[in-house]
Amino acid sequence: MEQQRERSVVLEDYGEYETAWCPGCGNFGILKALKQALVACRLPPQAVLFVSGIGQAAKAPHYLNANLFNGLHGRALPVATGAKLANSRLTVIVESGDGCTYGEGGNHFLSAIRRNINVTLLVHNNQVYGLTKGQASPTSTEGFVTKAQPDGVHAQAFNPVAVAVAMKAGFVARSFSGMTDHLVATIQAGIAHPGFALVDILQPCISFNTVNTFKWYKERCRDVAPDHDPSDWNAAFKLAFQWEEGIPIGVIYKNDRAPFESHFPACAQGPLAGRAVDKEALQRIVMSYA
Amino acid sequence: MTNDIRHAGPLQVVIGGEAGQGLVTIGELLARSLVRAGHHVLATQSYMSRIRGGHNTFSIRAGGAPAAAPREAIDLLVALNDETIRLHRRELTPLGLVVADEKAAIEGVPVLKVPFERLAAKTSVNMAAFGIAGAVLGLERTNLERAMADFFGGKQVEAMVENCRAVANAYTWIDAQPVTFKKLAAPPPPPQARIMINGNEAIALGALNAGAKFCAFYPMTPATTVPLTLIEYAERMGMVVEQAEDEIAAINMAIGASFAGAPAMTATAGGGFALMVESVSLAGMTETPIVIVVAQRPVPATGLPTRTEQADLEFVLHAGHGEFPRAILTPGSVEECFELAGKAFGLADRYQGPVFLLTDQFLADTYRDIIPFNLEPPPIAPLPSECPMLPYKRYALTETGVSPRLIPGLSPQLVVADSDEHAEDGHITEDLEVRRLMVEKRLRKMAGIKAEVSPPVFQGDNNPDLLLVSWGSSQGAVGEAAAALRAGGTRTGALHFPQVWPLIPSHFIDYLNSARAVVAVEGNAMGQFARLIRRETGFHIQNLVLRYDGLPFTPEYILRRLSHGTTA
Repeated sequence: MEQQRERSVVLEDYGEYETAWCPGCGNFGILKALKQALVACRLPPQAVLFVSGIGQAAKAPHYLNANLFNGLHGRALPVATGAKLANSRLTVIVESGDGCTYGEGGNHFLSAIRRNINVTLLVHNNQVYGLTKGQASPTSTEGFVTKAQPDGVHAQAFNPVAVAVAMKAGFVARSFSGMTDHLVATIQAGIAHPGFALVDILQPCISFNTVNTFKWYKERCRDVAPDHDPSDWNAAFKLAFQWEEGIPIGVIYKNDRAPFESHFPACAQGPLAGRAVDKEALQRIVMSYA
Repeated sequence: MTNDIRHAGPLQVVIGGEAGQGLVTIGELLARSLVRAGHHVLATQSYMSRIRGGHNTFSIRAGGAPAAAPREAIDLLVALNDETIRLHRRELTPLGLVVADEKAAIEGVPVLKVPFERLAAKTSVNMAAFGIAGAVLGLERTNLERAMADFFGGKQVEAMVENCRAVANAYTWIDAQPVTFKKLAAPPPPPQARIMINGNEAIALGALNAGAKFCAFYPMTPATTVPLTLIEYAERMGMVVEQAEDEIAAINMAIGASFAGAPAMTATAGGGFALMVESVSLAGMTETPIVIVVAQRPVPATGLPTRTEQADLEFVLHAGHGEFPRAILTPGSVEECFELAGKAFGLADRYQGPVFLLTDQFLADTYRDIIPFNLEPPPIAPLPSECPMLPYKRYALTETGVSPRLIPGLSPQLVVADSDEHAEDGHITEDLEVRRLMVEKRLRKMAGIKAEVSPPVFQGDNNPDLLLVSWGSSQGAVGEAAAALRAGGTRTGALHFPQVWPLIPSHFIDYLNSARAVVAVEGNAMGQFARLIRRETGFHIQNLVLRYDGLPFTPEYILRRLSHGTTA
């Protein structure tokens, strides 16, 4: 394994596969950028574990070479947390959509932020449900009309970036599937961050979201100002609420809280797999019940 | 005043009072002191779901022979409040004794009125009661002091001084009383050191011995003491234990840890398990080993949080959408808690899926003195880093249904698991022929699980007039009831199932067929195990002794029900 880390990593290591996505889907841009980011991080596929949920986004890791646990809708983060605790040397990346992460998995999203587990969360945020054909998602704009919400969505849109900043998540960034270089750099920074990293990735859904189109995002997405200090929580919080008037993309906020797994003595000794049982210690424990 | 506690058999000591009066401390210390003096004990707790107030009891059955179940009659009642006397006076044996405060309003029963306020500081009154109980039972004072030193450790020096003074005063006070007590007969010296431990602690130690390295949980009575015990030893044993945000997260964390190579578990009660159900199916589909401890309490919904029941058998048997193999182990004693916890990890590892340990509040909280566990069984073997068959396929179709497992990140091969139907390489597929093959592959693992089933344990007369069938924690009370029936001249057998799924009819059908009458004894209202036996064998157990009032079976309860007729 160590040798493999030394060998240079190339795009071909991550392969090229046929997908089940609609032609023109924003997922293609994300998949492409993701592979480039992994290569830029010099991570061989063997060192990476993807965990995904259910949705069109959650299929993404099937279309590259890497370790993968494709679990249930909403439940990717706890699986990733368990895997990272079991082997803190793995680079663990969660990839799923806005419905899976912010809807079904909402409690896990909040808890992963609180723990600051060293996992990178890539959310394909197209503000609509694609797999189930076009219902509103937690991030759909108020008033967004779908077959399931014919009078428009009556609930306020969930703002994942604002929530993550408010909770002082380790690393909070936003990017856009249509700006590959920006996305590559942002994912790379998220993976490199030693703690929980959210990369909320805006993407068009060409089949079910006719409002937030490629053009709509392209017109609004702009890099955060070069003088923005991501460690400035107040400034980050302000940025997190900018939307219609211009969507800031880039690293919004970060801090240097210790990653969750660093608090467990057992994790410091390497993977939990294949560890012997200290029977002498256990014998002493048993006899302490005398 | 003369009060003798004259008993050939074990004595039943009950300590009763409100939550917050320290009665569990008295109970644990007294039980441990009795064990160290060479007595056998069985200690059970009955408590209300509150931190202060209410009525709680800690019961100890103690004597020269091991006891398997609590008894209803009380020989020594340590009443920390008047309500205890009111609630339990009728359970006193004819020669029973009450220990109460001198101000207690009590008449008509033999009572030892103790001036607790003179014997102890306010914060140490429970230790004075401990001292009185120890003295009445004939324990050496040094024995009690040693138990206190171990229990309170070196941390609470001032409290320790007060506590020791309270116990010393109690012994002095007893010596000055013009009473003689027939003390517990001095037991033979124990053949080897014994430990005193409860069911949940035994499960935790069994898991550690098997190599458990990860546990995630959400607190829920009566399961919580399993992870709490693990947390106590986590650092020493190289384990990670995490309190999750909910039960859904708990089981998914355990599945994630297991996928990444850590032998993993979770523990909950019926209500929490209801939240985990979706991921039981996930473990079945992704073929991820996981041990799930379900400690039953009275249900539906929130039920009676601190009482006992056996009503989640059918739930655990059917939990999870779809068809996949599982095993359900049902320990009947503290020893089986340890042993079957180890077995659960082995089965989960070998057959790559969910394995259940189905216990209940009674067993979880029951302390027994036992010979220290045998730690010889080796932990589950580490997985290889390479697979002989390349290219590596996580779900390779094999004869046994078991495919080679590798650990992601610890192998040059890539490991892919999917909750969608998947091809041999783990990737999502909608190939319907592959679907058929994968269903069959997963179910083929059942043959291996069946070959390792723990057979039911039979005790008693062959071809009996009466056969009592039980599973899980009812074993002890059923065994004692059967012994009482045999002593009364009825040819009686007892058949205990330490594993309720899968069932192998050839293991037990002859017992059922050769008995004149068969009675299932279950802690639920519908005879769930009797129904399962009928489904699997066609054998209809006509008679049921059921209990669903939240209390554990006692031999007396079973005998009463048998004499009054049983329902079918």
